Amino acid sequence: MDVSKLRKRMPVTTLLDPLIVLPAIGQAFVKLNPRTLVKNPVMFVLEVVTVLTSVLLIRDLITGRDDLWFEVQIVVWLWFTVLFANFAEAIAEGRGKAQADALRQTRAGTVAKRLLMNDNQQLYEAVPAEQLQSGDLVVCEAGDVIPGDGEVIEGIASVNEAAVTGESAPVIRESGGDRSAVTGGTTVISDRIVVKITSSPGSSFLDRMIRLVEGAERQKTPNEIALNILLVGLSIIFVIATATIPSFAAYAGGTISVIVLVALFVTLIPTTIGALLSAIGIAGMDRLVRFNVLSMSGRAVEAAGDIDTLLLDKTGTITFGNRLATEIIPVPGITEFEAATAALLASEADETAEGRSIVVLVKRKFGVINPPSDQARPIPFSAMTRLSGVDLEGRKLRKGAVESILKFVRSEGNNDAEPSAFRIAVERISRSGGTPLALADGGRLLGVIHLKDVVKPDVKERFAALRRMGIKTVMITGDNPVTAASIASEAGVDDFIAQATPEDKLRYIRSEQAQGRLIAMCGDGTNDAPALAQADVGVAMQTGTQAAREAGNMVDLDSDPTKLIEVVEIGKQLLMTRGALTTFSIANDVAKYFAIIPAMFVAFYPQLDALNIMGLQTPQSAILSAIIFNALIIIALIPLALKGVTYRPIGAAALLRRNLLIYGLGGIVLPFAGIKLIDLAVNALHLV
Amino acid sequence: MNLYDWLQIAAFCTVLVALTPLLGAYLTRVFDGQRTWLSPVLRPIEIVLYRVAGVDQKQEQHWVSYTIALLLFHVAGFLFLYLLLRLQALLPLNPAGQGPVAADLTFNTTMSFLTNTNWQNYGGESTMSYLSQMLGLTVQNYLSAASGIAISLALVRGFARASSHTVGNFWVDITRATLYVLMPICVLLALFFVWQGMPQTLGPYVEATTLEGAKQTIAVGPVASQIAIKLLGTNGGGFFNANASHPLENPTALSNNMQMLAILMIGAALTNVFGRMVGNQRQGYAIFAAMGVLFLAGVVVCYWAESYGTQTLQSLGLSGGNMEGKELRFGIVGSALFAVVTTAASCGAVNAMHDSFTALGGMIPLINMQLGEIVIGGVGAGLYGMLLFVILTIFLAGLMVGRTPEYVGKKIEAREVKMAMLAILVLPLMILGWTAIAVVYPPAVASIANPGPHGFSEVLYAFTSQTANNGSAFAGLTGNTPFYNVAGGIAMFVGRFWMIVPAMAIAGSLAAKKSVPASSGTFPTTGALFVGLLVGVILIVGGLTFFPALAVGPIVEHLAMLAGDLF
Repeated sequence: MDVSKLRKRMPVTTLLDPLIVLPAIGQAFVKLNPRTLVKNPVMFVLEVVTVLTSVLLIRDLITGRDDLWFEVQIVVWLWFTVLFANFAEAIAEGRGKAQADALRQTRAGTVAKRLLMNDNQQLYEAVPAEQLQSGDLVVCEAGDVIPGDGEVIEGIASVNEAAVTGESAPVIRESGGDRSAVTGGTTVISDRIVVKITSSPGSSFLDRMIRLVEGAERQKTPNEIALNILLVGLSIIFVIATATIPSFAAYAGGTISVIVLVALFVTLIPTTIGALLSAIGIAGMDRLVRFNVLSMSGRAVEAAGDIDTLLLDKTGTITFGNRLATEIIPVPGITEFEAATAALLASEADETAEGRSIVVLVKRKFGVINPPSDQARPIPFSAMTRLSGVDLEGRKLRKGAVESILKFVRSEGNNDAEPSAFRIAVERISRSGGTPLALADGGRLLGVIHLKDVVKPDVKERFAALRRMGIKTVMITGDNPVTAASIASEAGVDDFIAQATPEDKLRYIRSEQAQGRLIAMCGDGTNDAPALAQADVGVAMQTGTQAAREAGNMVDLDSDPTKLIEVVEIGKQLLMTRGALTTFSIANDVAKYFAIIPAMFVAFYPQLDALNIMGLQTPQSAILSAIIFNALIIIALIPLALKGVTYRPIGAAALLRRNLLIYGLGGIVLPFAGIKLIDLAVNALHLV
Repeated sequence: MNLYDWLQIAAFCTVLVALTPLLGAYLTRVFDGQRTWLSPVLRPIEIVLYRVAGVDQKQEQHWVSYTIALLLFHVAGFLFLYLLLRLQALLPLNPAGQGPVAADLTFNTTMSFLTNTNWQNYGGESTMSYLSQMLGLTVQNYLSAASGIAISLALVRGFARASSHTVGNFWVDITRATLYVLMPICVLLALFFVWQGMPQTLGPYVEATTLEGAKQTIAVGPVASQIAIKLLGTNGGGFFNANASHPLENPTALSNNMQMLAILMIGAALTNVFGRMVGNQRQGYAIFAAMGVLFLAGVVVCYWAESYGTQTLQSLGLSGGNMEGKELRFGIVGSALFAVVTTAASCGAVNAMHDSFTALGGMIPLINMQLGEIVIGGVGAGLYGMLLFVILTIFLAGLMVGRTPEYVGKKIEAREVKMAMLAILVLPLMILGWTAIAVVYPPAVASIANPGPHGFSEVLYAFTSQTANNGSAFAGLTGNTPFYNVAGGIAMFVGRFWMIVPAMAIAGSLAAKKSVPASSGTFPTTGALFVGLLVGVILIVGGLTFFPALAVGPIVEHLAMLAGDLF
């Protein structure tokens, strides 16, 4: 499933938005501060080298030299390389900042009505929201902005949570149960609630969200650290490779200027990926936020890409949660049409989801539309009879539980009303996990209606997509094993846990983890909290309880459990983008060697001009072109770093082949063409 | 080039491939501690050895204690060999009356044999007593090879085990490697070589009268037994200065083929051991295939370059290819194949003068070594070196499929990447670093016999060979000077142990990890794609590291040769 096809609620900012680009240019200079840059070893080395070269340039400017113009250009492009890297990071951060500013506005100036005494709800004082402490009680009435995260301890209210979720339809928040958590910054629309504040100042959900989208809380993830080590290692190799060259040249009786060595070194070290690494990370978190998922750490996003097993609650996730009619089976001697008409009449007045679904089924199948008869007298469902139906022109149409209908039929004077075909149909339905609903017209048994828990239309494809990604899906349900097995096979999940208790979930997660698997699950209830905390990726629903939201490492603001699929994709995308750009960066070096090495040695080994396979015009233009390419490629790849490499669930080998072809082979070929073109331009403009 | 030569290469490869799973199965049984058909004879000896040494064979070691045991063992080995060489004049079994070996040469030689390099800055028959050869050098030939096998096994166990604190017992591994693997095969090899005409005697040098009536002293000695381990243990230190080109050290074309097989067989079989131990032989074959691709590429280029010769030779009417520095009994194919085999496997035995190869032909041995001696590689060292590159490859591949990288069920994380990078850094540091010093330091420059880029290649080759623990020489360079003895000794030491310690750290860290079951999101590491990627990573890392040095050495020399300039 393609991430981009899914709806996005947060506004998508384009790359060229001047509101982001202009401040980012400024930020690029601010980030030259070595204390900021030291976190990114490759770029820090680049900056150090650039500063040293600039010092040499100043010295040469004072003492005078032959090819000053060439030297100036190299140094300028070195500075551009550093700035471009900073710019990439600033752009990625800028996109988050715009969202953070919007969030900040919702909170600015919120005044809390803090209760003076716990037992008197009428006496309160107005205090700024920032001064609230954990444990304070506040009153929120219609129109008030809830001043902080907390739990409703009294009352019920409808709350507009658009500020955090983007969804303007109000939700119900009430004391007790699973819907007691409220978020600071949301607005009470009706009624009055008392909220116990649970967050300390500066650590509320909104605060965390702001810090998250701003990228301020970003820490290097384990994978990023490993990649950095690889990049540092490669850089050290290139330090050795370039630092030994002057001695090789001296042996051949030549010299090589520092500026040329620096140019070789800078083009060889993996500046492309080094420059884009943090932008990739920030953009990954940003993508999650766009899908209305807040991750408490980058580690969790990365773990999401590694998930082996996904635990899903059945109700609401896999099925609609209501039983719906799917077929009507008549007893022998009754036509299907006759039974269907009776079912329709008996359900016309039934406003339950089950009743509606019978009407929908019959109308879809036969298109019969009986005008409701005036004489029709609806018989509503009662717990005593466990029947409902209608009395109509002397007919007593009833539907209900099989035993109740049989009792009703007997009471109408029919004592051998149960044909074996009926019993077989009822048993078949029960066995398949459905609910049989018998149908009678007075003493005459008409048939049985098959009610079942209907699987959502697109889940099967989504699970198939997950399977192609290598992820096993496990359904958790309170149903008995028979019903569970039936729904599991229909939905296409790989495994299920029937009659599951919270302990079962926890046990299942632990046993899977013991086998080395990574588990994701989503949940909303307080009893889900232990399992959410135990899972490697625990996605809590925004509508869930505070306990659940604190236990998970992600919060889904849309409360959509199937969102995990996107989370997994974003995690994979993050790693893939890093891998692809690293491969690209390293592959680029081949062409750069062919540009610079002949240029470097040609003065004393003229034979090496044979290696100048690109036919670059002069040694100086070759070196300058390589440096310019090296800087420009960073800018060219910013969109890819922000957008991410597209993930396709086509199996690991196919995916790797594809990415290797694009970023590996492409990374070798592209710079040959790029450097050649730049060389043509450099010479056409007489830059050297 | 001719068809018979190609058939000879094909036949050699076929025998090697056929032997790999057979020897692999045997090695796996030996190191899993199972019974083998040799157990009735060797097991009692093994038990006695453990009892004498006070080793509890059931007691497994943490990677740190394993490594410490290994290092202590080498310290002891260093002291013993150093003293033996310095004091050989006072010790028995010295019929030729050899004097004490000079201090710097002893340092170099001791380091060389300790690290399985067998770089020789001396001529054996004019420097070493029989005792030094047999008790010193030959013993180290066994032990350095056995250490290599032991380390590779510890690393393989790291991959194969899950949630384990231990990686095996060093003393047990080194005992089994010597007793069950090296000694039995060496006995067979030595007998084979004696049959082919190799001497095996403790008697004095033979005096012969030539046809012209002149007196000639023919050096002999316990040759066959030392040559067997020299090859099987990828040591390469010859009994004679001329090494495997000496008629008594490699008498026939048949012995030449058997020698090449002996060089590669344990290294190849260990890939199969890896496959068996991680529970999927195809994993082992994938690694073997990657080695095979690099090996065959080297053979094709080297054989092509040598049989084509040079235009200068052809314009003189010499069309048979470049026979300079080669033995007639081996011919071009026997020499080119041997050169690739010996450098692919960190052996370093030579049956022709690599210095006299064409520029391209001579660059292949150089590249083989600069890649880190992983093209089959030295016994054990080749496998653990290759696994370091596998870690880097898997890391990149894993990222590109959007998953934390894993290999045979083990997640490759920061620690493994760090250690692998650390180990790989040793190659540029020692090879390029020492070369850079040697080509500008006047006493070192004085050792260079040929001017220009060829002289540069000689120095580059010397430090490459020593750092990679190969030991083959490009000749043309006077190695027995204080500078080259000391610098080379350091390069060999660092090249060996700076690889081993990170490899052991990886072994420990992997063994402690859980084993992750494979899913369809896991990148398969048994197919052609993985092999291709692994080869690609090895070539790119090697290429990027050494391109400048190769450019001013063999590449410029080759380009000059095309223009008719020879060095």
